[in-house]
Amino acid sequence: MHIFRNIVFVAAIVGLAAGLVLTAIQQFGTQPLIVKAEVVEQQREAAAEAQPHEHAAGDHHHEEGAWEPADGAERFGWTLVANILSGVGFALLLLSASELKGGLKSWREGLLWGLAGFAVFTLAPSVGLPPQAPGVEGAPVLDRQIWWVATAAATAIGLALIAYGRSPLAAVAAVALIAAPHIIGAPQPTEPPAIPHDLAHGFVVAVTVTGFLFWATLGALAGALRPRFSDA
Amino acid sequence: MSNATSLPRSSAAGLVQARALPIVSAMLLGVMLIAGTGFVSISAVHNAAHDQRHAIGFPCH
Repeated sequence: MHIFRNIVFVAAIVGLAAGLVLTAIQQFGTQPLIVKAEVVEQQREAAAEAQPHEHAAGDHHHEEGAWEPADGAERFGWTLVANILSGVGFALLLLSASELKGGLKSWREGLLWGLAGFAVFTLAPSVGLPPQAPGVEGAPVLDRQIWWVATAAATAIGLALIAYGRSPLAAVAAVALIAAPHIIGAPQPTEPPAIPHDLAHGFVVAVTVTGFLFWATLGALAGALRPRFSDA
Repeated sequence: MSNATSLPRSSAAGLVQARALPIVSAMLLGVMLIAGTGFVSISAVHNAAHDQRHAIGFPCH
């Protein structure tokens, strides 16, 4: 049980810290863009409702009556909670994966693992599915979620094969695995985005930079803390 | 808790197995947390985590 307890304990501290950092950066990076995009989204919805029943039947989100946090402190609070929970989740993945290779020895090693996490969970999925501000209609959510998870998994296995594979064959398989999701292609939206191009582009940049800083923090901190609990 | 003081590397297979279970359990816990915040489609959960989903780049509506 020692190993499990140690991983969870370190992941909780690391996830909390990385989630706080993520939330702070988002307030300057992505949040203003989300708010701006939502104004466009609402104008569009209002316009669609003005025209009787132009509204597509598949337009599922923002269901009437579903709870949502009030703007301001409540909305910020839930974003903070979600960021911390994701942070702990990603920290658990990073720490347990590195534990399979003997555990992190230093903050520098942790930082390298963090960069791998950035490549797996931010870069690779966003090549096919660029991070979207509200108001951008995509392909069906489930299709995109399946592609997102499959791409992250294929990239993770590919990177592991490159780093730890012994034979050239493993390297070839790794490159094929990393490229495959993009050759197959992500599910694409049927209609062009309703928000201005520079806003959509700015959002992609903001999410990518935010993700990079998040993963660098998470990895380095995990590497710094893990040796203090290395009795396992 | 038994303390394996002697023969530290003789039962490498057993050691690997003893380490694998807790490590994989921790990994699954991480997957569950990420699925909960980033992928569950229940409206209330989606709305609570809405900004976070967009800001991390999870597929959202």
